[in-house]
Amino acid sequence: MALRNIDGRADVAGILAILIVTLFLALFGASRAADAAFAIQMWTLIAATLVGTAMVTGILGRGPSVDQSSRYENGVVKAGVVASMFWGIAGLLVGVIIALQLAFPTVFYFEEWGWTNFGRMRPLHTSAVIFAFGGNVLIATSFYVVQRTCRARLAGGLWPWFVFWGYQLFILLAGTGYLLGVTEGREYAEPPWYTDIWLTVVWVAYLLVFLATIWKRQEKHIYVANWFYLAFIVTIAMLHLVNNLTIPVNAGSWFSYSLFSGVQDALTQWWYGHNAVGFFLTAGFLAIMYYFIPKQADRPVYSYRLSIIHFWALIFLYIWAGPHHLHYTALPQWAQTLGATFSIMLWMPSWGGMINGLMTLSGAWDKLRTDPVLRMLVVSVAFYGMSTFEGPVMSIRAVNSLSHYTDWTIGHVHSGALGWVGFVSFGALYCLVPWLWKRARLYSNALVEWHFWIATIGILLYITSMWVAGIMQGLMWRAYNELGFLEYSFVETVEAMHPYYIIRALGGLLYLGGALLMAYNLWRTARGDVPARERAGDTPVTAPVAAE
Amino acid sequence: MTYEDASHIAQTWGLVLLAVLFAAALVYALWPANREKFKRAAHAPLADEDEDGRQD
Repeated sequence: MALRNIDGRADVAGILAILIVTLFLALFGASRAADAAFAIQMWTLIAATLVGTAMVTGILGRGPSVDQSSRYENGVVKAGVVASMFWGIAGLLVGVIIALQLAFPTVFYFEEWGWTNFGRMRPLHTSAVIFAFGGNVLIATSFYVVQRTCRARLAGGLWPWFVFWGYQLFILLAGTGYLLGVTEGREYAEPPWYTDIWLTVVWVAYLLVFLATIWKRQEKHIYVANWFYLAFIVTIAMLHLVNNLTIPVNAGSWFSYSLFSGVQDALTQWWYGHNAVGFFLTAGFLAIMYYFIPKQADRPVYSYRLSIIHFWALIFLYIWAGPHHLHYTALPQWAQTLGATFSIMLWMPSWGGMINGLMTLSGAWDKLRTDPVLRMLVVSVAFYGMSTFEGPVMSIRAVNSLSHYTDWTIGHVHSGALGWVGFVSFGALYCLVPWLWKRARLYSNALVEWHFWIATIGILLYITSMWVAGIMQGLMWRAYNELGFLEYSFVETVEAMHPYYIIRALGGLLYLGGALLMAYNLWRTARGDVPARERAGDTPVTAPVAAE
Repeated sequence: MTYEDASHIAQTWGLVLLAVLFAAALVYALWPANREKFKRAAHAPLADEDEDGRQD
């Protein structure tokens, strides 16, 4: 098995150097491992670097040769589409499982399998849907969009593939770590220090690939979607570095101490946490909106000026909103007020962006009736408007005193996550598969209709049950009797939640069912299958397909 | 640098810097001479040529 095509390849040399250094560090870590969890993590890393080395050198797979048959690099985008669908279903499935654990704690509790405990599965769910599903969608779409809008092939040779596989390794290390009990205990930043360092390496490569592609663009103007992607990449790098400034107890332990303490630590965490929402779950997916909605509707962006103002207003305001997660804590009151004020100001850019996305359909509204993919994209923008209206309301201290720590927050997050992030991602994936696999259309528009309606009903069940449950919970917690004692014990509030938890689990199940239909539909599309009805010559009205 | 120094800089020069940068972004977005450029940019997703580089 010869080493093929790797002479004088700087990209291959660079990737190999990273893999070999990582391999030796992981071997060192494994030799010093203080507990079984750390040893398993290190051996996973060792195995991954060995497989990676084999892939790069061509011992496994086709080696570093890159498919040059197309003007653009499509292979890595295709891989991203597949990974997105896989992690999406995995993440939603874990979500349904933990929803059932809450609804039926005596049934879905497995004493002998500690790793299935809610406390381990919950970060697995959040990280799988946000970082594994959302992250893969963002990486794949950004690689697709930057090439088209810059009219330049993805830069860096094999580096985009390093970004893709490196990111999957990050997911694997983080996810298996949670089940082993390895966590930093920081919400949405649970991965331990070595996984954080690995993600930093991958993210720097991602930034450089993206910037280098923009650098060699043949289009003078940098399209607004690329600005949103760039803001997402740069800001996530900054947030990740600052929030994960920790000192490991030693080289053989996953455990580390944060550089900050007390309220500074809490504020750092929520500065990170809220901007993960702002720059990962918002800016990145707005980039998807600004490319895929015009493309699928075949209409130009409603107002390009508004898109620029939208961009800069969002960037300048979002970064200050984090303190609203720390109302009524040791955080100084002026900082809480600052967070709430900026959250309310965020109404402006959020709704400006929503209006810009929706109005892009001017002159093409009729397509909503016939094109379920476009409808999914547009409904996602409507959910974006709704959850960015609700968020600022909840950031007001008086409202927060009722909503905080209740399931209202969970409902709010899921109207954004399932409605906005989920639907805009599904819409983009439905667009990408026929474009990338060169199919005239999707296998079945009827299945997309089913997906759309099942998922929409699922979201509505989810968010309405959580609104009712959350407000009830908040009111029960603060109810006093005439003697000044608390009216309800905590367990009474838990008991009252039971029916709503069942409804929520049902909503999640519907949403998962929709995603399964989607995976089937996309798989048949990629294979090039045509529905039986159409083979008989009964051609349905088709959705517009962009790249013929 | 103490906390007081840092917060003083943030509340004066930091504020001015961010306000000026944002104003510059607004001026850029609304500058009349940029109208044509933005009109073209609004059509950018639609103007894609196909995979092999041929113009449609």
